[in-house]
Amino acid sequence: MIVELGHFALILALCVALLQTVVPMVGAARRWQSWMAVGEAAATAQVLLIGFAFAALTHAFVTSDFSLRLVVLNSHTAKPMLYKVSGVWGNHEGSMLLWVLILALFGACAAWFGGNLPATLRARVLAVQGSICVAFLMFLLFTSNPFLRLAVPPFDGQDLNPLLQDPGLAFHPPFLYLGYVGLSMAFSFAVAALIEGRVDAAWARWVRPWTLAAWVFLTIGIALGSWWAYYELGWGGFWFWDPVENASFMPWLLAGALLHSAVVVEKRESLKAWTILLAILAFAFSLIGTFIVRSGVITSVHAFANDPERGVFILLILGVFTGGALVLFAARAGILEAKGVFAPVSREGALVANNLLLAVSCFVVFIGTIWPLIAEMGWGAKLSVGEPFFNAAFSPFFVALSLILPVGAMLAWKRGTVGRTLRGLWPAAVLAFALMALAFAMQTGRSALGPVGLGLGTWVVAGALTDLWARTGRGGVAERLARLFRVPRADWGRVTAHAGMGVTVFACAAMNAWVIEDVRVAQVGETYPLGSYTVTLDEVRDVQGPNFTSTVAVMTLARDGAVVARLMPEKRMYPVQAMPTTEAAIDQGFWRDVYLVVGDRQDAGGWAVWGYVKPFANWIWAGALLMALGGAISLSDRRYRVAAGAQRTAAAAVPAE
Amino acid sequence: MRGAACLLALWLTALPAAAVEPDEVLADPALEARARELSRDLRCVVCRSENIDDSDSGIARDLRVLLRERLVAGDSNAEVMDFMVARYGEYVLLNPPARGANLVLWLAGPALLLLGGGGAVVYLRRRRGTEAVAALTPEEEHRLDEILRK
Repeated sequence: MIVELGHFALILALCVALLQTVVPMVGAARRWQSWMAVGEAAATAQVLLIGFAFAALTHAFVTSDFSLRLVVLNSHTAKPMLYKVSGVWGNHEGSMLLWVLILALFGACAAWFGGNLPATLRARVLAVQGSICVAFLMFLLFTSNPFLRLAVPPFDGQDLNPLLQDPGLAFHPPFLYLGYVGLSMAFSFAVAALIEGRVDAAWARWVRPWTLAAWVFLTIGIALGSWWAYYELGWGGFWFWDPVENASFMPWLLAGALLHSAVVVEKRESLKAWTILLAILAFAFSLIGTFIVRSGVITSVHAFANDPERGVFILLILGVFTGGALVLFAARAGILEAKGVFAPVSREGALVANNLLLAVSCFVVFIGTIWPLIAEMGWGAKLSVGEPFFNAAFSPFFVALSLILPVGAMLAWKRGTVGRTLRGLWPAAVLAFALMALAFAMQTGRSALGPVGLGLGTWVVAGALTDLWARTGRGGVAERLARLFRVPRADWGRVTAHAGMGVTVFACAAMNAWVIEDVRVAQVGETYPLGSYTVTLDEVRDVQGPNFTSTVAVMTLARDGAVVARLMPEKRMYPVQAMPTTEAAIDQGFWRDVYLVVGDRQDAGGWAVWGYVKPFANWIWAGALLMALGGAISLSDRRYRVAAGAQRTAAAAVPAE
Repeated sequence: MRGAACLLALWLTALPAAAVEPDEVLADPALEARARELSRDLRCVVCRSENIDDSDSGIARDLRVLLRERLVAGDSNAEVMDFMVARYGEYVLLNPPARGANLVLWLAGPALLLLGGGGAVVYLRRRRGTEAVAALTPEEEHRLDEILRK
């Protein structure tokens, strides 16, 4: 019964979304207040309806209702409760339901918190958001209905893919979707502004928080995914340039570009057309990501729905929305004339360079991802594009970005001089060079990757700190320290996010360059060296888990005779899905992770064991968290809460600086 | 390649741990280092975008062993890679060689950077040419008057 109610709620939500698309749009064109007001009520109704449908599906999973096809395919009575709940979105249909729920939630937020927007703009934003809801609700109901019943329910389900039974992965998709779908708001704002024919500083100020929020969520989602890959997939890699990883990375890059270009629109009323284009493209890449994941065109570990019909439907959505928005853009971009002027060497100019590098690096990822497809369809060549290509073709752009970041972030608005900015940054530069030289001297006969990464990371982090210090103005050290906490949150946010990027750049390079690996057969009781540590294989025993059996190795990690940690890597077998997984045991530390994996028993006795010492591993995700934190701090800045209410006059309120 | 059964098979073969097995490791550390380096550029042909060094599938193991056999036999790095391509096709290379049509792939990024950079410079130059004071719209004039009158 609850399931049927959920199904009805979803159908009703589609009707409401249709209403939300048409009525406010007409109302805005005719200036009919009452028609425009429909948008708000419709957005609220929609989030309640889809929320109910989602709750109904969750109920079915939690109570193991095996009359529901989706529950049979993805759940099992013996599965722990956390994974019964996360199983709701651990499959194609349920994750699409989560997707539309978040879509509706963003629409409702625009309705609830958009009180300070001009009425017509708000109505149009809600209408565009509603139309995206229509498309995805139709997709859900017609090609991937989660509420299908089975005539003959089985006694038990087929369990969730064991790899997905993990806390990291339970929260990875919701964050990712919050990011993907959050970009739909930027898209809606862009299309609404094109229809409206007006893009000004106020518009940029409204659209920026949504983009920032989407970017923060996307950052967290990607970090969670890569962290999961690190500890679950078993050999300690954290980024594989897998098509689906790229699918989430491309919108992240473009959202990053959009954040920065919106600053120029806000400050200088310039780059308007480019910003609108970026907003359209960022969401288009979200849709492309959805297409890649769900169509199975490019095979990947994440592709849980290899169904051509669904692929075609998503391609249709992609074509209609991106194509439609681009046509509108072509027709209207001419009226978006730039107002402010700035010299090439200026903060604005640096932001243009940032946009260029981010957009080009996104394009490189994109072409690398689809190249096998192009080659196969174009001239029948079967080829692969993998990690070595991306490392070689993508990294230079990020190196360039890291090099110009500290200078660009401190250049004066409108017209700056590189020389004067660099004079402020010399301590950062000296520190970066010194550390790079030190690293070179300490390592012998290894690649330059480590020292270069250290130098770049230090440059970016020290540059960010210099930036923050410069914001405290002039005067004595004590005076400036006191002023540190009166620096606007937007500046704190920027500095934190930039520093986070420096940390991640450094950590990625350091972990790849300075990892220590060891592969061997160890007998029970044997002690062997691993870097500066020793590892003892104490015992190997079999353990019974709730829905799996496990072979657990008990290993002692010691250094200079003192026990550092007792680690228990496992090899699990999930009988329902007949699938083995590896649970690495990791001793996490500030400076390094020790990462142990146990393999099969060898015919000649003993066990295959892998050991890694991975320097600065945690710094990768710490950097990503810093980036997200910076975004969140910036989001809490006063001007988004206060100045946004200034409506159209906000344009005049922007300081000329 | 699209069937659910095939996907399951991929998952079964492609996933858990167990990259290079202990019995494969060559005694000569220099040769082993070369083998590791080369295996990172070779695709496990039945897996998703995974190199043979990271994969525990049977075919990846065969490729690793084969690769080491060639190295022990005295092949140079280039010879080993050519041997692999002759046997398994260009599909086995994770890093498509920058020749022929693949040049487009390699040059797309730098070309777009030059194009975009050039476009940006031209745009900025032209905008600086019109640096004359940007006129206010009538509404803004009105608003300015209001502010000045206060």
